[in-house]
Amino acid sequence: MLNSLAALGRRGLNMIQSLGRASLLLLNILRGQACLLSRPSLVVRQLYSVGVLSFLIIVISGLFVGMVLGLQGYYILSRFNAEETLGVMVAASLVRELGPVVTALLFAGRAGSALTAEIGLMKATEQLSGLEMMAVNPVKRVLAPRFLAGFLSMPMLAALFSAVGVFGGSLVGVGLLGVDDGAFWAQMQANIDWNKDVMNGVIKSLVFGAVVTWIALFEGYDAIPTSEGVSRATTRTVVYSAFAVLELDFVLTALMFGET
Amino acid sequence: MHNRGIELAVGTFMAIGLVALFFLAMKVGNLSGFSSADNYSLSARFENIGGLKVRSPVKMAGVRIGEVTDIGFDRQTFEAVVTLDIQPQFDTLPADTIASIYTSGLLGEQYIGLDAGGDEEVLHDGDQLELTQSAIVLEQLIGQFLFSKADEGVKDEGGF
Repeated sequence: MLNSLAALGRRGLNMIQSLGRASLLLLNILRGQACLLSRPSLVVRQLYSVGVLSFLIIVISGLFVGMVLGLQGYYILSRFNAEETLGVMVAASLVRELGPVVTALLFAGRAGSALTAEIGLMKATEQLSGLEMMAVNPVKRVLAPRFLAGFLSMPMLAALFSAVGVFGGSLVGVGLLGVDDGAFWAQMQANIDWNKDVMNGVIKSLVFGAVVTWIALFEGYDAIPTSEGVSRATTRTVVYSAFAVLELDFVLTALMFGET
Repeated sequence: MHNRGIELAVGTFMAIGLVALFFLAMKVGNLSGFSSADNYSLSARFENIGGLKVRSPVKMAGVRIGEVTDIGFDRQTFEAVVTLDIQPQFDTLPADTIASIYTSGLLGEQYIGLDAGGDEEVLHDGDQLELTQSAIVLEQLIGQFLFSKADEGVKDEGGF
């Protein structure tokens, strides 16, 4: 009885302790951003592995999500003779919600897990300690450019996802199901607002990008330096990222669209 | 050489991302539309605005010429005060223009329709539209219909 209580307390303390470590790491990463200005090539290399390599999965997922939205939306809307509003439905749900959220989930699976595994293996093979031995700060040299790359590429990927999704929706709605082309785009343009819808989506994706990358970097940096530890850290990255993204999405949506 | 390929790929990626944002702004959103600073504003008072909202369109002959920017309430007269933003090229609206609240379609959104009068004077920034017609509230309409039907019934009985 007493033992299980003690174990519970230890777990709680451990959680709070790792939250503290994660916050300190984020602070150090942010402090390390300044010296990236003099070495942009580090960021470009990470943008390649984080952003460019995620490009294909985002485009294909976006296309199919948009097409499914077109099909499902048409099915519901045609019951109310409101097929013309299909464009609004597809674009609003993509730009506001699905674009940032699904992109962040895919990003966590594609780029976040890779980041964790990379950093964790660097730690396991003592490359990070090696850097420290050479008086190079691994947080500045290794983590900071990866963080910036994740932060920058998420809004790009989310915008791409939404744009391709809208295109997929029009492909199915206009091309396959015969919704009027003009009505599809005109209704969309009349009802989607730049500030309220598109910009809020971009803000969401920036927040998600920062959070997912932060979790991925922390889990890698904090991993137990064995092959099992790295594999567990990778799993935790994906799970925690999904939790964080979905919860933050609710909070952000409540903040942004709450008062209308 | 390898480094150059990576830079090229990253550049293309960022460019495509920006193009996607631009596409969302221009084609999906309506950034190109009505946020000009040269718009001039008119006000109109309505007894009932129904479901009119800020950003509802203002149309003349079915063409969108502006939007609703503010909806207020006059505590003295108990009327709604609606501020309309009209695009600058439509500056020849006669002073006796009538503003009415219409619904697009049976269940569609509500908008303000302007009907030109015959006055020589034109409306300027800050002017008020004197002639207005309130929104038609469906319940009132049904109520009137029922009352008139009931009246007919009474008449019929009186006739026999």
